[in-house]
Amino acid sequence: MTAPLLELQQVSRYFGALGAVNGVSLSVARHERRAVIGPNGAGKTTLFNLITGQLAPTGGAIVFDGRAITGLPPFRIARHGIARSFQRTNVFARLTVLENLRLAAAAGARGSWSVFGSVAKLVEPLARARQAGADVGLGERLDEPASRLSYGEQRQLEIGIALATRPRLILLDEPTAGMSPEETQRMTRLLARLPREVTLLIIEHDMDVVFSLADRITVLHGGLVLADGAPDAVRADPRVYDVYLGTDDA
Amino acid sequence: MSVRVVAVLVAVLLVAVFPMLAGNYPVKLLQEILVWGVFAMSLDLLMGFAGMVSFGHSAFFGVGGYVAALALTRWGAGGVNGLVLPALAAAVAALVIGYCSIRVSGVYFIMLTLAFSQMFYAVTFQVDWLGAEDGIVGVPRPRLVGVELGPSAFHLYLVAVTLLATLALWRIVCSPFGHVLRGIHDNEGRMQAIGYPVDRYKLVAFVIAGTVAGVAGALYAQLAGSITPDAFLWTTSGEALLMAIIGGTGTLGGALLGAAAFILLQSLVSSYTERWMLLLGLTFIVFVLMLPGGIVGALRGRIGFRA
Repeated sequence: MTAPLLELQQVSRYFGALGAVNGVSLSVARHERRAVIGPNGAGKTTLFNLITGQLAPTGGAIVFDGRAITGLPPFRIARHGIARSFQRTNVFARLTVLENLRLAAAAGARGSWSVFGSVAKLVEPLARARQAGADVGLGERLDEPASRLSYGEQRQLEIGIALATRPRLILLDEPTAGMSPEETQRMTRLLARLPREVTLLIIEHDMDVVFSLADRITVLHGGLVLADGAPDAVRADPRVYDVYLGTDDA
Repeated sequence: MSVRVVAVLVAVLLVAVFPMLAGNYPVKLLQEILVWGVFAMSLDLLMGFAGMVSFGHSAFFGVGGYVAALALTRWGAGGVNGLVLPALAAAVAALVIGYCSIRVSGVYFIMLTLAFSQMFYAVTFQVDWLGAEDGIVGVPRPRLVGVELGPSAFHLYLVAVTLLATLALWRIVCSPFGHVLRGIHDNEGRMQAIGYPVDRYKLVAFVIAGTVAGVAGALYAQLAGSITPDAFLWTTSGEALLMAIIGGTGTLGGALLGAAAFILLQSLVSSYTERWMLLLGLTFIVFVLMLPGGIVGALRGRIGFRA
């Protein structure tokens, strides 16, 4: 068995005395599509923020591709190849769709420091930005300001921004939150089409999305891993049913 | 060539030959507009593009002015002393102040930058070597290639430096670096999450803006023939801030227009009443309430003008 792409070892995060994440260990294999589910307040988003460096862990270690990334600033973690989308839409509203994507694509490029150069010279990032735009179904709308996109399209752009950074791991925080049924369907298809080389870690409340997409599911509850396994095994687990799947929340 | 390019070329030409068309006082006003325009543009790079509102931009204007005044009066009137040395000194000051201030943002950034600039004021006010409260007087015009600049050559020198600063800033805001600044202005957290070392970009923007402000200060000292601690005062930063806002932030050209509007209004109103500040304040309020995009924003809206 090859080494996992992402490994969390007893990761915890306290806010004062409150433990939002209380010693979570999990490992995600290369090319895996892993869903993280659990009731509100289970620590899912906090876990994402710990992995991508928005928050520093109180304890434990995070290893990405054999390297410890625990406590690094977000930009360094992103450079290692971890991209994410946010629970609340988080795009560059005043810039065009293409500019959004190009900024993401050029994040690691030396050319971004060019003070007197031309944006048009960022050929490779520009091509990658267009590709990411097409991949998320916004190929026709590249020149529009992001603020003019519909909510569903902004969520698509969010995924596009993550893709354009050419990540090895993408963390998606509730990509279908607040979407209409049609928008959810479109997003599910879009996620299913994502390149298989990219490892996915996805927080989602919509169980249709989860079961159609995930190779494996981790259930969080009270900041702890309650269950971890193949979708069918998790679905059949009575504890999971008690805390989450049996409630109206799912 | 587009209409816009032609319009800009005509404007530059008019500004360059203005001394042949007008008397001493209007020329003096125009020269003041150029100097303050460069200063306001450098602040617009920070405020309008990188989204960093600084109340301490006068620090670099003052450093540039004092270094130019010192160098020109005591070490000779060469062009290096007139521009290069002041720009370098302002860059170093911006590097130090920026390094200390950029770790915080918003109101704390405003207060820190303000505090640094007032420190400079306090120091220059006390130090005899810098002329204390009287400042440095009798600053000569610079000599370029061994020739002392006469009035018309000095005017062309001001126009040339202004043009150079404008073109440099324009290239910067259009460059990949400039686009990164706009991304930071729009959504700093997202920029970090996609892999940009945001603080480093901000520091470089701060140093560039400080350097250009230093050039403006140096020109000011040469134009006025003197420099006083007031150059460091927060009102100096405040005036540049007003100019940039009146002209329209995030446009560069707006800062030049704003400087023109500010200085013309100031000279017009102050010849009628002592209370010109009051009228200026009212004008500012009207601009913020009625024309949030400033002069450039209004032009864009009315005639489809695009800068």
